[in-house]
Amino acid sequence: MGLWRTIKTAGWLGWQIEANWAEPFTFIAYAITRPIFSTLILVLMYKVVAGGQISTALFAYIYLGNAFFMYTANVLAGVGIVIHEDRERYEMLKYIYLAPIVTYFYMLGRCIPKLVITTLAVIVTVVMGVWIFDLKLVFGHWPLMILSFPLGIIATIALGIALASLTLLTARHGFFMTEGTAGVFYLVSGAVFPIEVLPDWMEPAALAFPITYWLEALRRGMMAEPVSKIFASWSDEKLLLILAMTTLLSIVLSVLINRGIEYIARKQGKLDQVFNY
Amino acid sequence: MNLAVKTENLKRVFRTKKEAETVALAGVDIEIRPGELFGLLGPNGAGKTTLIKILSTLLLPSSGKAFVDGVDVAAHPEEVRKRINMVSGGEHSGYGILNVRENLWMFSQFYGVPSKLALERIDFMLKKFGLWEFAKTKVGKLSTGMRQKMNIIRGFVPDPKILFLDEPTLGLDVQIAREVRAFIKEWMKEKTDRTLLLTTHYMAEADELCDRVAIIDRGQVLECDTPSALKRKLQQDAIYQLDVDLLTDHLEKFSEIPEVVNFAFEHKHAEEKTVLKIILKDEAGISKVTKLVEHSGSKIRSLSKREPSLEDVFVALVGRGLSENGT
Repeated sequence: MGLWRTIKTAGWLGWQIEANWAEPFTFIAYAITRPIFSTLILVLMYKVVAGGQISTALFAYIYLGNAFFMYTANVLAGVGIVIHEDRERYEMLKYIYLAPIVTYFYMLGRCIPKLVITTLAVIVTVVMGVWIFDLKLVFGHWPLMILSFPLGIIATIALGIALASLTLLTARHGFFMTEGTAGVFYLVSGAVFPIEVLPDWMEPAALAFPITYWLEALRRGMMAEPVSKIFASWSDEKLLLILAMTTLLSIVLSVLINRGIEYIARKQGKLDQVFNY
Repeated sequence: MNLAVKTENLKRVFRTKKEAETVALAGVDIEIRPGELFGLLGPNGAGKTTLIKILSTLLLPSSGKAFVDGVDVAAHPEEVRKRINMVSGGEHSGYGILNVRENLWMFSQFYGVPSKLALERIDFMLKKFGLWEFAKTKVGKLSTGMRQKMNIIRGFVPDPKILFLDEPTLGLDVQIAREVRAFIKEWMKEKTDRTLLLTTHYMAEADELCDRVAIIDRGQVLECDTPSALKRKLQQDAIYQLDVDLLTDHLEKFSEIPEVVNFAFEHKHAEEKTVLKIILKDEAGISKVTKLVEHSGSKIRSLSKREPSLEDVFVALVGRGLSENGT
């Protein structure tokens, strides 16, 4: 069975599930309104802490990091719920599994609608930053930004599928696991503050994840001056190379986790087990 | 040519956290030839669904081997999945946000059926199963019976080489169940290399549809043959059915009559009666049976001698009827 057809069909299903719960107008409003208000909360918090100043490099660092981290948060939570919904709510997971498809690509397809919707939210957030909060974007390192963007998306999807695979062995804890992991990434990936402010023992964890390098590369591509001291001395090539290597490692780990967990789920009879409904 | 299905000493044990063990399959050996409509007949909990789950790659066996079209299900599930499809009855599964046609089309795409051909097959089957007018109805709004029909169609649309139907008519009303059985027969006749493994606890369904039947109970295959050959094995015995006033005590005493090969009972509380199905190796034993009924304080309402049915075969082998749940 063609991989592209699997991805396309799963993407179509994902879109029906994501977008079908409301009228398109309401759905788009939700997709835009939610990130706007999340960002406003962050801006207000920053203003309180910084005494009203928002035209600093640190503000841009936080603002952009927060905007692009939406991909990680939404994809992790979104794909994490796929197994739960397919197995428990629709009771169709077993039929997906016994179809002649590579289920890894099925999950990848289910990520696509999340990515599309998140892209809309990210664009709105960045545009709002420029228009309303006078965010200064300087595209001095645009090749880095363009090359790193897809790598980070791929890494995010790979991590999301690894997490979703783990939920095959859990019942309702799947929700907490994906949300919790997104929270850990938010803390350690430098989304809201440079990783050098983390305790020493947390720094290696921050440097192990591709999301850290991805956010740094995107910000470097859009900001005039660097904020993170750790990465300041790194060349664009070095940053891109490390991002590519950690992304590749994430893919390998994700596939291994997916295959291993599927095997255990088959052994334990979890593919069609219904826990909650 | 490969056998469609072959199992060798197939075992599956489920362990709970409290270390309790449930033996679902206790060493099953079956062989199903290509083109066969093979029935697995047994009560709830006999191991039928576990066997289907293993053959359809959803579950790994604890030990033993299972092959589908010559492919080891444990070692090469991806290869097995190209050859099979499966439908479980009595479920209300389905993507509720999609309509019936969309649900079926989506699965056809996962099986690589060209979209145009898939839609032709889907429309044909929707009409055949009386679901055409609901083609654009969201699955979430269908009745359980309609969802089940949709799931049965989902099994046939990819035109699999080997199809597993696990209790496909469970919970369906009589007319719909008849339509499903008619379609199964028709589908098998269309191509001679199609193989279908049907699990059921409806004796008449197995008798009507299957080329061969394996009687399974407590994870073991007790007998496997054509329905007529199985029934022939009982032809030397006398099979009686007695309807008596509700009789709940001392039923075990019927087994103690020397002429009784086996017997089963079913209480029909609404009618305040008990139906006794008794297999005798010597007809003379019927007088002892009637005396025992009277001795037990019950009264015989009717007594008839019957030709052997699959249910009688089951009773003879298992020592109880399908509705007795292991008593």
